[in-house]
Amino acid sequence: MQIIVSRRESSSAMFRATAPFISVLVALFVAGFLLLAAGVNPAAAYRDIVYEALGSGYGWSETLVKTTPLIFAGLGVSLAFRMQIWNIGAEGQIYIGAMAASGVALFSGIENHALMLSAMFTAAALCGGLWAGVAGVLRAKWQVNEVIITLMMNYIAILTVDYLVYGPWKDPKGFNFPLTAEFSDTARLAELFNTRLHTGFILALVCALLLYLFIERTVWGYQIKVIGSNIKAAQYAGMRTATAVVLVLFLSGAIAGIAGFSEVAGLQHRLQHGISPGYGFTAIIIAWLARRSAVGVVIVAFLMGVLLVGGDSLQLNWQLPVAFVYAFQGLILFFLLAADFFVQYRVRLTNGGPS
Amino acid sequence: MKRLISVLLALLLLAPAIVLAEQSAEGKKIKAGFIYVGPIGDAGWTYSHNQGRLEMEKLPYVEPSRYIESVPEGAESARVITGLVRKGHNLIFTASFGYMDATLSVARRYKDVVFMHCAGYKSAENVGNYFGRMYEPRYLAGIIAGKMTKSNIIGYVGAFPIPEVIRGINAFTQGVRSVNPSAQVNVVWTQTWFNPAIERDAADSLLDVGADVLTMHQDAPATLQAAEERNAYVIGYQSDMREFAPTAFLTAPIWNWEALYTKVAEEVHNGTWKSQSIWWGMKEGLVSLAPMSDRIPADVQQLVKEKTAALISGQLHPFTGPINDQNGNQQVATGAIPSDGDLLGMSYFVEGVQGTIPR
Repeated sequence: MQIIVSRRESSSAMFRATAPFISVLVALFVAGFLLLAAGVNPAAAYRDIVYEALGSGYGWSETLVKTTPLIFAGLGVSLAFRMQIWNIGAEGQIYIGAMAASGVALFSGIENHALMLSAMFTAAALCGGLWAGVAGVLRAKWQVNEVIITLMMNYIAILTVDYLVYGPWKDPKGFNFPLTAEFSDTARLAELFNTRLHTGFILALVCALLLYLFIERTVWGYQIKVIGSNIKAAQYAGMRTATAVVLVLFLSGAIAGIAGFSEVAGLQHRLQHGISPGYGFTAIIIAWLARRSAVGVVIVAFLMGVLLVGGDSLQLNWQLPVAFVYAFQGLILFFLLAADFFVQYRVRLTNGGPS
Repeated sequence: MKRLISVLLALLLLAPAIVLAEQSAEGKKIKAGFIYVGPIGDAGWTYSHNQGRLEMEKLPYVEPSRYIESVPEGAESARVITGLVRKGHNLIFTASFGYMDATLSVARRYKDVVFMHCAGYKSAENVGNYFGRMYEPRYLAGIIAGKMTKSNIIGYVGAFPIPEVIRGINAFTQGVRSVNPSAQVNVVWTQTWFNPAIERDAADSLLDVGADVLTMHQDAPATLQAAEERNAYVIGYQSDMREFAPTAFLTAPIWNWEALYTKVAEEVHNGTWKSQSIWWGMKEGLVSLAPMSDRIPADVQQLVKEKTAALISGQLHPFTGPINDQNGNQQVATGAIPSDGDLLGMSYFVEGVQGTIPR
């Protein structure tokens, strides 16, 4: 008995498109056994998740609050994926964006609301972009693997923010707690419908639309697509692939940086440790699932928002330990990756025989 | 038949009134919700709060309560707090400093719910805050450490350089120096409340410089395990952690939240609850010293018992002047006792502490 793994020469479009959904269903099925073991009826638990996230205006507002940074970060990551560039550093770019926006909010002294928000937005996008651009330059000039660089720069970004909130940017009136002062109203995005939902959500949708137009309707977008599907052909056609790598990583980081701006200006209203609970990493899953489409990112980010907000109900209604929520998310990721493997490879069992 | 129906109808109409009357006679039913910063686990900060919750549930008018573990501090927590309120909980405890602004923002939207925030300094009409004078049992623990050390180097693993932790280190050092003026307390910061690996490294580094008694201000029992493995003494914190260091364990300053949670539930039930800042000590039983290990000599145990009585009666205060800071500047005049405001904002190390407060 032997297991043979071979690359598929072609995979059916149908299978590729449905694989993510099948894997989520399998994950739900397996998690169902965990729920049963914990003495909880899986059907009731899943109904609660959906109800918690979408069963009321409040649930919707909170789900969209969660969706907002996921859309930005997902768009950023997926743009780079388009060109076969792996930006694993969205988490760090969110932190850098949040840091830049906070710096403007706290120290610029701008008094005009629109001007302040524009300055914060620009600073966040620029700094997030430059941060990711470092990996772009290294990749374009010296062929340094961008996965490693963007991944490692996450830690630098997070620790830099920690340094600021534990040190120079600490609120002088905050009893030495590691928080900056709260932003003034000038530096806050407006709330929608008297909930925690803020105009950052609308900005995220606009951003998705612009990115879609950029990819589908501009020469730059066309080049990104060509380079992504066949870099040799692109070079042969005279496209400047090195410049494109730097530009794409800059844009990717800039969009993730805007997520940081949206979080501090719309929701947190200050800079502190843990400004993003892993949105940048969830964004990688989102970009993967969305198959690199901007519309897909919005949809998948929303579904992730449902899962994150609805996941609260497992604790709230059933008093399941928090470890269960993590196990649940881990299972989904596990089956997604497995599905991806089976889409690309064929696994056969054969009977003995010399190999 | 008609009569029966009319009687039933009348009863039906009366029912709400009867229920209402019953409620006001019995007082408000309490449905409490708790927000925890970490997992409950087997020991530590969140564990101690959960013990308090379970004890509070034993009151007849308290319905089964709910908790949410490992809620991130900051704006994220507002959603979880709101979730509890929307599930009909009318008394919410948010058990970590980082929930302060989120608690206040949710409380603004739900005026008929009582919120209690732990370890902060802001309040509102329906938000009270609470904490304990942990510096009292810390002082007693210091006495024990000062008596037990041979190397005169005592190690202290500290989380964040905030007044709460600094106050604990200072009170502990005051206790050490009251019985052993030549001992010093070495402080290492971890910049985390809960991270067993980092706490363990910090504890090991203190043992490496010759500390033979360790204590800590952390959530994980990593410091205790380090001391147990390397034959040092250790003083725990938060909850009685002796099972993590059966031989090294001396005692631990611990929280008894049940004293406070039961009282708050009772007040809300009776309608006598008013927003205030609660800062209870050993007298009210909110903090205490865990039972002392047999390895502490009888005369030291006797001394600690006497000092305990003096603390409870108010004859003894750990911060009675004169107190100098590390640089020799007098911070508390001879015979004076710092105000609660001064204690809550304490941001200097007393003489005898080796270490710096990052600014």
